[in-house]
Amino acid sequence: MSEAAVADKAAHGMKGMVDDWSADKQAYHVPWGKAMMWLFLVSDTFIFTCFLVGYLNVRMTTTDPWPLQSEIFALSFGGDPIPLILIAIMTFVLITSSGTMAMAVNYGYRKDKNTTFWLICATALFGAMFVGMQVFEWSKLIFDEGVRPWGNPFGAAQFGSIFFMVTGFHGLHVSIGVIYLLWVALRVKRGYYDDKGYEIVEIAGLYWHFVDLVWVFIFAFFYLL
Amino acid sequence: MAYVPLADQDKEMEMHHPHSWVEKYVFSQDHKVIAIQYGSIAVFTGIVGLALSILFRLQLGFPESVDFIDPNFYYQAVTMHGMIMVVYFLTALFLGGFGNYMIPLMCGARDMVFPFLNMLSVWTFLISIIILMASFFVGGGPTGAGWTLYPPQTAMEGTPGHDMGIILMLISLAVFIVATTMGGLNYAVTVLQYRCRGLTMMRLPLTVWGIFVATILALFAFPALLVAAIMMLFDTLLGTSFFMPAVIEAGTPLDHNGGSPILYQHLFWFFGHPEVYIVALPAFGLVSDVLSTHARKNIFGYRMMVWAIVAIGGLSFIVWAHHMYVSGMHPYFGFFFATTTLIIAVPTAMKVYNWVLTLWEGDIRLNAPMYFAIGFVFTFIHGGLTGLFLGNVVIDLPLSDTYFVIAHFHMVMGVSPILVLFAAIYHWFPLMSGKMYNETLAKWHFWLTFLGAYAIYLPMHYLGFLGVPRRYYVLGETDFIPASAQDLNASITIAAIFVAAAQILFFINIIWTLKNGKKAEKNPWGSASLEWQAPDLPPKHGNWGEDLPTVYRWAYDYSVPGAHQDFIPQNTPESEEPTVDEEHFDPDTDESKADV
Repeated sequence: MSEAAVADKAAHGMKGMVDDWSADKQAYHVPWGKAMMWLFLVSDTFIFTCFLVGYLNVRMTTTDPWPLQSEIFALSFGGDPIPLILIAIMTFVLITSSGTMAMAVNYGYRKDKNTTFWLICATALFGAMFVGMQVFEWSKLIFDEGVRPWGNPFGAAQFGSIFFMVTGFHGLHVSIGVIYLLWVALRVKRGYYDDKGYEIVEIAGLYWHFVDLVWVFIFAFFYLL
Repeated sequence: MAYVPLADQDKEMEMHHPHSWVEKYVFSQDHKVIAIQYGSIAVFTGIVGLALSILFRLQLGFPESVDFIDPNFYYQAVTMHGMIMVVYFLTALFLGGFGNYMIPLMCGARDMVFPFLNMLSVWTFLISIIILMASFFVGGGPTGAGWTLYPPQTAMEGTPGHDMGIILMLISLAVFIVATTMGGLNYAVTVLQYRCRGLTMMRLPLTVWGIFVATILALFAFPALLVAAIMMLFDTLLGTSFFMPAVIEAGTPLDHNGGSPILYQHLFWFFGHPEVYIVALPAFGLVSDVLSTHARKNIFGYRMMVWAIVAIGGLSFIVWAHHMYVSGMHPYFGFFFATTTLIIAVPTAMKVYNWVLTLWEGDIRLNAPMYFAIGFVFTFIHGGLTGLFLGNVVIDLPLSDTYFVIAHFHMVMGVSPILVLFAAIYHWFPLMSGKMYNETLAKWHFWLTFLGAYAIYLPMHYLGFLGVPRRYYVLGETDFIPASAQDLNASITIAAIFVAAAQILFFINIIWTLKNGKKAEKNPWGSASLEWQAPDLPPKHGNWGEDLPTVYRWAYDYSVPGAHQDFIPQNTPESEEPTVDEEHFDPDTDESKADV
């Protein structure tokens, strides 16, 4: 049977899923790397979920009052402090990086190596900017406000512990993502994927979007809640 | 790009053929070498765990005559025994050992999808073992907080190993989780994406199904342990209070406040309960294949066996709090978890019935693997039945933290999986080594292990009913425990020493036959499944020679009417041997009709 005929026969929806799973060969019509990345991301989701559930739990059990985030995370540009301004910029930068990443995937499949290279580099740059701003935020908290993992002047000690732990873990993800992206970008530039196919750009993109999505939850849980 | 299934692509996977001795046996990317590396490290760690158990059993059996075991060492021994056996021995041996060896061979693949990551996995695993073993040599020794590592006790002054021991344990666990994740991604994706032509998911041997679902469980359950380990590391190293409430120790309040020890228990058991099935599901799969092959009959109810594995895997994520009935949870909460726990008995019982019905009217060959497999059915039923007691809140409360619990989980996830491990090692030993083990020695090994295990664990149920608490250094004098309990303890210890000594038979058998054993013939058991159809024995790097195999049937075509022999290998085409409708397979339809 020709490939086109196979593709025509492929059913959609529930039936298609059952067909895929009961077929021989691959369960998904994707390269193994993509399936592996998806599985890893689900596993990683469990990690972040446990972190966030742990956060909600200690916020309930601690007897001291929870600090007011809008005051702690405020930043002053000469005038009155603006609440959450830094976080807003950080979030904007990270979301923008997801946009450039999506464009990189598109240009990758078009085999436009040069544009893909620059778009991935832009994504990595936005990621690095995000980490840089996080470093700024941390140093402000640690040196100016006196927040430590084991205690802080504003209230419950768990505020600092969970904040540094979870944003640190997320920042680690972003940093690893930046290195991973640069590595992929370099290989794109050298034409390493010309015969292998450009799925790897999409796979790296999956990771990047995931890190971005996790940030949305962290943002909501830590800064808004 | 048009979609071309992997098995049909011109360029198959790139093989990393070894160029030197080091690449072939040390930093090998061959799944079979990695499997044996994983297995050897796990077995070595398991021997340490076994030796520890003998030491603390000596203390329990003969408290007056063993001076060299003080309370601190006793607690360290029970803690390390538990953690080693559950995580570093059973999980690593089933997933890293058998998962690595069996998945590519049974799927008709040349290797795992990502051999380099696979190699990284085994070396990361070795690092975690080294960190774990290092805790025996640091000041204060390994942690003695009990294998569940409940806070706040882990970090308290009175607990042995509260400074360095616990830190090394947590780091070792975190490293182990990284290793399991790297391996697990490989196993699951290989099963999904690298099956050969004709091998549908519903034609996979149950071994692959068991390991596959267990791997998924591992990928989703270990994150909870990782988070718990990170948080506890912060508590011990940085002085945070995630799990530490306000504690007053010897009159002085500790520098902690407002943490939740119960949160740790939830995180730990959200990992801990699926962990039971991470160990049990591969065992279910392996034993199904051994039973079917040696009974010369197809596995009874293959589809239901698969769905039972999947159902058990799913349910295992919503039962964790049955380990915490005594933590003071809301009664409705207990009601929910008791219900889900007891529902697991349904698919599990289904599997037991199907194993027994596989034996029914089979042409049973009582080889050593079959001894162990049938022994497993016994121990698993016994361990499973006591689970019904402990799953109910009202019965669990008085039995909690007694020897009844010890007896239950040792029968169900200690003895049972280990019997399967022996069955599987004996069964696949000819494939892995090309040599045949000594049958007589193996049968002696079985009887001593099987009967000895009962001599150890049956009396423990009785001790538990008496209310003898677990984790006590000595029983001492109490009104409710009769003096005879001590005699029982002594007899358990003696039985334990015998069983431990009997394992020497196994190692002699393996080592001796590796050197001097007679060469195994190809496919000595007449097995239908794919791994025995590889052109070489043991299979060479790349497994299949020139061409990948094509599969035409399921793995259980035994005693098919009209066939040339009593099994039909999976890669035999329909044109050469009769096929049967897998869904309605009944080898002796005519006879059974005559009987009715």
